[in-house]
Amino acid sequence: MKVTSGYQDGKLTLYLQGELDHHEASAALRRIGRTLDDYLPQDCVIDMDGLTFMDSSGIALILKISRLMEETGGRAWVANAKNQPLKVIDASGIDRMIKISTAAKQ
Amino acid sequence: MKQHNYIKLEFPARSVNEGFARAAAAAFAAQMDPTMEELGDIKTAVSEAVTNAIVHAYPDTVGPVQMRLRILDGNVLQITVRDRGRGIPDVKKAMEPMFSTGGEERSGMGFTIMGSFMDGLKVRSAVDRGTTVTMSKRIQVKANA
Repeated sequence: MKVTSGYQDGKLTLYLQGELDHHEASAALRRIGRTLDDYLPQDCVIDMDGLTFMDSSGIALILKISRLMEETGGRAWVANAKNQPLKVIDASGIDRMIKISTAAKQ
Repeated sequence: MKQHNYIKLEFPARSVNEGFARAAAAAFAAQMDPTMEELGDIKTAVSEAVTNAIVHAYPDTVGPVQMRLRILDGNVLQITVRDRGRGIPDVKKAMEPMFSTGGEERSGMGFTIMGSFMDGLKVRSAVDRGTTVTMSKRIQVKANA
């Protein structure tokens, strides 16, 4: 999995690409933690447009990012969720804890 | 029940094999002509079951994980993931949503997702003898265009 980021006006966007599983999650979380420390953003958008697969490790990653943001008074949400990753999000019920915005239908 | 085709795989409980296991399962299931959504469901369930074995079964060693896929009557795919690890003392509790003894990269949603993405889910476990997860899913037969 690849994670890139963009920062503008207090908002950090994390672009997730590829497949997110337990094997990828620890390293991704370390990288994302460092990026959050560098920018200390007010808002963090987890953009899933390029994510082709995720399992429940992705749910843990989203919750962890949300917790890290809350610790510094910010907030996180998910954008462009679609297909298989969206189905995992729906099954987990985390939309009760964090805002999930889905990709526009093509 | 008649078995139409099957594969058996064994690999060490290393996290790098999670991606391999779900890709192998998807490649085998392709002969059943699944939709993209059904294929995604199979990959997700395999990823969860194999990850559980890798994270929980062998805390101090790297033991074997076996995966078997069978095509049964009625276009049903049966997936079995088995380890010979430490086992689960309380299967019912382990299957509760958000229950986890894993690290921060685990959410405790593995069994919930396996159950919701597959038609059948059965977990058998014995302490110090291992765990067997059996899942099944009926793949819809498409009408010929």
